[in-house]
Amino acid sequence: MGEEYSLEDRFQQYVEAENKVEPKDWMPEKYRQTVIRQMSQHAHSEVIGMQPEANWITRAPSLRSKLILLAKVQDEAGHGLYLYSATETLGITRDELINQLQTGKAKYSSIFNYPTVTWADMGAVGWLVDGAAIQNQVMLCRTSYGPYARAMVKICKEESFHQRQGYEIMMRLAAGTKEQKAMAQDALNRWWWPSLMMFGPSDDNSPNSAQSMKWRIKRKSNDTLRQEFVDKTVPQAEFIGLTIPDPDLKWNEERKSYDFGEMNWDEFYAVVKGNGPCNKQRIINHIKAHEEGAWVREAANAYAKKQQARKKQSAA
Amino acid sequence: MSFKGGWLNITEQKISEKEALLQYVLRLADDALILGQRLSEWCSKGPVLEQDIAMSNMALDHIGRARLLYQMAAEIKGDGTTEDDFAYKRDTNEFKNFLLLEQPNGHWGDTIAKLVFYDTLNYFLFEKLTESANENLAGIAQKAIKEITYHAQWSAEWMIRLGDGTEESKQKMQKSIDDIWMWVGEMFETDQVEEMMAVASIGYKTADLKDAWQSKINQVMEMATLTLPTDTWAQTGGRKGVHSEHLGYILAEMQFLPRAYPDAKW
Repeated sequence: MGEEYSLEDRFQQYVEAENKVEPKDWMPEKYRQTVIRQMSQHAHSEVIGMQPEANWITRAPSLRSKLILLAKVQDEAGHGLYLYSATETLGITRDELINQLQTGKAKYSSIFNYPTVTWADMGAVGWLVDGAAIQNQVMLCRTSYGPYARAMVKICKEESFHQRQGYEIMMRLAAGTKEQKAMAQDALNRWWWPSLMMFGPSDDNSPNSAQSMKWRIKRKSNDTLRQEFVDKTVPQAEFIGLTIPDPDLKWNEERKSYDFGEMNWDEFYAVVKGNGPCNKQRIINHIKAHEEGAWVREAANAYAKKQQARKKQSAA
Repeated sequence: MSFKGGWLNITEQKISEKEALLQYVLRLADDALILGQRLSEWCSKGPVLEQDIAMSNMALDHIGRARLLYQMAAEIKGDGTTEDDFAYKRDTNEFKNFLLLEQPNGHWGDTIAKLVFYDTLNYFLFEKLTESANENLAGIAQKAIKEITYHAQWSAEWMIRLGDGTEESKQKMQKSIDDIWMWVGEMFETDQVEEMMAVASIGYKTADLKDAWQSKINQVMEMATLTLPTDTWAQTGGRKGVHSEHLGYILAEMQFLPRAYPDAKW
């Protein structure tokens, strides 16, 4: 008698052999739910993330920077759209996903619950927030769910472009007038720690991580990604003469890596739970646009139906 | 003609052809920038993600065209003025955009009404400008005509969709048209600058495009089951730099950083 494998075991072997899971493949229900949660969270982050950056489009200080920022936010919308479609391959509709966002059932990256206060924040967000996102997304290019992995490959290319644009803004400011440099440093001071928090709780406190790693959804731990980000970003700050706001930051020769200070985990959990400066505002805005657009979507549907009926009639 | 005092009592001074060209290019640039700025306000507020992207795309086209035209204007002016100086260092009376384009976005239908009237004219105008005797302008027009064609098609399709959609959307769309109508007529005025540019085969008189515009608009209105207002009165002033109250706020927002930090480079 041959060995008997459960479907779960076979699935596990399948992903461990670095095969991609495709929409019509059998998958454990928990896997499906986990990927839906993660992908939709990602899609919502792209969409909600439009708000803090759209906040500066009308005030961009040159026509060139206005075009770049607008194109960037438009890219984020495109990513959101692409990810919603990819999520729909798991048997859930965009309407359901948006409803989960608006009712608070689904989360988005907490980083977007911070306000963009000055123009330098456009630099800091591009450089740090997109930088941290890329760290995560490069890993996700090898995630086990096929449509997600392929979406990430496409999105990563644009994100690294965004990151360079953000860094360029910071570079210009840091090399500018005294006021501009101060503006850049102030933005770095505010965005540094929330950017580190983007990688999520430390490995000891990350309950879902182990299963996600086992299923090859996640390939690296939160702390590993965070460390990679710090190591990559500190020299970039030094290069343009800005100071990372962490007195404990220092090069560790033995580890060939930077040691850095402890994050304010109270703040992290407070913002995740809804108590950040912009949590309410972001969702209120999203709901407002959605509700104000309802009559437009209804009209478009009604028109499309009429057109279909007319086509049928003329064909008959 | 004897002088009559009023809101727009600005007498036209004789100008050189170079000055006329500069004015002509600047007004086209101002149209593009102010509309692009307005449309960019839609970003993250659209009725559905796909249309949010479409709207941003159009804003990008308009601002991109504004840049090319301001760069051309800077070259004509030839005194070191830059594209950003035009956008960020002029006050309301120096902006010569159509008043229509500075009107607030309102709801989706309000924006669509504004766009249909402008995009349709812009299409006929830029089609002519592709053959401008001025090579630079012709080049810009040739580059822009593709996207402008798309804009005109997109906004007309939306007007038809909303007019022939639901009862609610029809009423809303009709009201949008009625409300914006007073700003449309200005687009067909002629003045010295346009006259001179038309004579030099550089520019084109919008008045001469009115018939083509009207017939296209009538066609769209019919498909949208909507009606054009019969009112013939129109507010003017944009090309003279006499604006509505809205432009001041657009500029206050847009120009804030270069004004607050005059020594800074961005």
